[in-house]
Amino acid sequence: MSEILYWQALNQALDAELAADDAVFTLGEDVGLYGGTYRVSEGLMAKYGEWRVRDTPISENSFTGLGVGAAMLGLRPVVEIMTINFALFAMDSLVNMAAKIPFMSGGQFPMPLTIRMPGGVARQLGAQHSQRLESMFMNVPGLRIAVPSTPQDAYWQLRQAIRSDDPVIVLEHELLYFSKGEVDTHASAPPLHQALIRRPGRDLTCISYSRMVPLALEAAQALHAEGVEMEVIDLRSLSPIDWATCVESVLRTHRCLIVEEDCRFAGVGAELAAELQERCFYQLDAPIQRVAGLDLPTPFNAKLEAASIPRQEDILKAARALLNLPQGES
Amino acid sequence: MDRSQMQGLLRDMLRARAFEEAAAQGYAEGKIAGFLHLYPGEEAVAVGVLHAAEPGDYVVSTYREHVHALVRGIPARQIMAELYGKKTGISGGMGGSMHLFDRERRFLGGYAIVGETFPIALGAGYAVAYRRLPEAVICFFGDGAVNQGTFHESLNMAALWKLPILFVCENNHYQIGTEIHRHSAIVDVYKRACAYGIPAEQVDGMEVLAVHAAAQRALERVRSGDGPQFLELTTYRFRGHSMADPGSYRPEAEVKAYEAADPIAAALHEFQLRYPGAADLAAAGNDCLQRFTDHCCQEGHLDETALARLQAEVQAEIEDARRFAEESPEPSMEEARAILARNHRLETVVEAQA
Ligand SMILES: Cc1ncc(C[n+]2csc(CCOP(=O)(O)OP(=O)(O)O)c2C)c(N)n1
Ligand SMILES: [Mg+2]
Repeated sequence: MSEILYWQALNQALDAELAADDAVFTLGEDVGLYGGTYRVSEGLMAKYGEWRVRDTPISENSFTGLGVGAAMLGLRPVVEIMTINFALFAMDSLVNMAAKIPFMSGGQFPMPLTIRMPGGVARQLGAQHSQRLESMFMNVPGLRIAVPSTPQDAYWQLRQAIRSDDPVIVLEHELLYFSKGEVDTHASAPPLHQALIRRPGRDLTCISYSRMVPLALEAAQALHAEGVEMEVIDLRSLSPIDWATCVESVLRTHRCLIVEEDCRFAGVGAELAAELQERCFYQLDAPIQRVAGLDLPTPFNAKLEAASIPRQEDILKAARALLNLPQGES
Repeated sequence: MDRSQMQGLLRDMLRARAFEEAAAQGYAEGKIAGFLHLYPGEEAVAVGVLHAAEPGDYVVSTYREHVHALVRGIPARQIMAELYGKKTGISGGMGGSMHLFDRERRFLGGYAIVGETFPIALGAGYAVAYRRLPEAVICFFGDGAVNQGTFHESLNMAALWKLPILFVCENNHYQIGTEIHRHSAIVDVYKRACAYGIPAEQVDGMEVLAVHAAAQRALERVRSGDGPQFLELTTYRFRGHSMADPGSYRPEAEVKAYEAADPIAAALHEFQLRYPGAADLAAAGNDCLQRFTDHCCQEGHLDETALARLQAEVQAEIEDARRFAEESPEPSMEEARAILARNHRLETVVEAQA
């Protein structure tokens, strides 16, 4: 077991799958010679050659479509889209093709396609480069979405995604690439779509994913000092969602707080709240609450940008309010 | 071209260089954040083309657009303030470095998603043709952008409907770390325009006078209703793709990538910057600014004192812009919300509760 960075975990996972199966190849802008914008494919072109690690032109729609066509012939493409913002050019390939072909063909064509891309608000990249968009993809039956928040999950979920016969989006986060954690490459990993309780707690359940998980864990630590035990669930997958883990927790704590970086309106939290109230309504002591991004294109100005997505104090306030506790100084 | 026009070109090239160096400085000091794509090396392109433009023309640009904005007439103060995310910025601090907009100067924006400038220009060209006005739309883009589907779709429609658009490819031979021979089957970009019957020319983008002359010819034809024109201007950027990119990938990087598979070489992993810098290029005689300055001196348009005065004026302007940006106030969240709701002002809309 060793401590490595999130991007290194992805790099090792990709390397392992390229080594294990010669049907696996990766392509995208600057994945080869440059080693990937976030270094995820560093060293792989030298190791596997340009047919397996392919630098592409800026042609997202068609190189993602290339992944779809190649998957129909039994290859296992790993398409890197530099950021989720550029995936909007590839929506036809993802939504009309990858998500539909296995079904429309009556099951004749599996779709062992993996799409890797980071999303999220980073640091002052402006409104076009700060989108999250995950709820858009959740609304497409036929696509599966993994959202690793730790190097360990990045490693295993990417490997599992590549081995899946369904199209799987591995949604990374621009601010997680340089986060550090232990990676056990021999462990038996939990299933790709299983949620995990990152921190147990009796007083309320906080459901989160991706970069909001470390934020929720910090908030849980701060609440612990106030005598509040907040359970933190890392969804790890947005489609499908592991309802059993969420429901079991909410039935125990009777209170639920959802923390998402994406915009609040019609977002991930809306889906979670709707489903959980259907399943847990009579066990809830308070309405399910959401802490989410503002419904605003991300402002460039640093302070406004920071205020446009959940901060630790937003989580603390919402948690205290859910428990009818005084807000204190912070 | 008379002496004052020549000096105008030179002045703008100097302003462009000085502005970008000041932006780099602001970034190094941590006062500017985010992606910062700079223009040194490519000045002759924006300056040559935009000096051929009329106030009635429209300009559409990319994320590498500070200089286009500056030469178009947006005050350095307002551009710099936008880079600093200030309220006094040309986009109110909401857009940032990659999204400068100026309605008054017909600057239709900087776009950060590669391939977006084509359809924007197409629509602007459609609106101009629709109103039968003698105006042109100038559409800037890089060599990497021509592989986006929007390029082909837009060129076809522009040619089909004879829209008044000047397509300007700033061919600096790189799509971030991917050199043009590795991203394009046809590396003479202008040839692609021929597929749509659009008159196209390849010009040395390091020669401001050549760029200016070509742009003037093309714009005359565009304004006279001949339909779209295409210019490929070959150039080079001195810095990395953005401030976040050390740009260490040119030929030595190829070696590095292959050596990375070698465990011994891996230990020697971090290479120093090998990217040819401004000094290397100037020494090789291919800095557009140096070339044009020499030309102006040789032709007797400029002497040393005049040049020194020009440089001092430029430095003062940029220093003023920097100070203005630093001292300007930041925008508020209320302002951000008001901007988002601005288009509601003439109607009743149910406002979302936050
Ligand atoms: C659709 C899309 N894909 C990828 C990117 C990331 N990206 C930003 S600039 C760039 C290279 C563009 O190269 P070029 O068009 O030659 O312009 P240059 O930066 O050289 O001026 C890339 C790949 C993007 N912004 N948009
Ligand atoms: Mg380029």
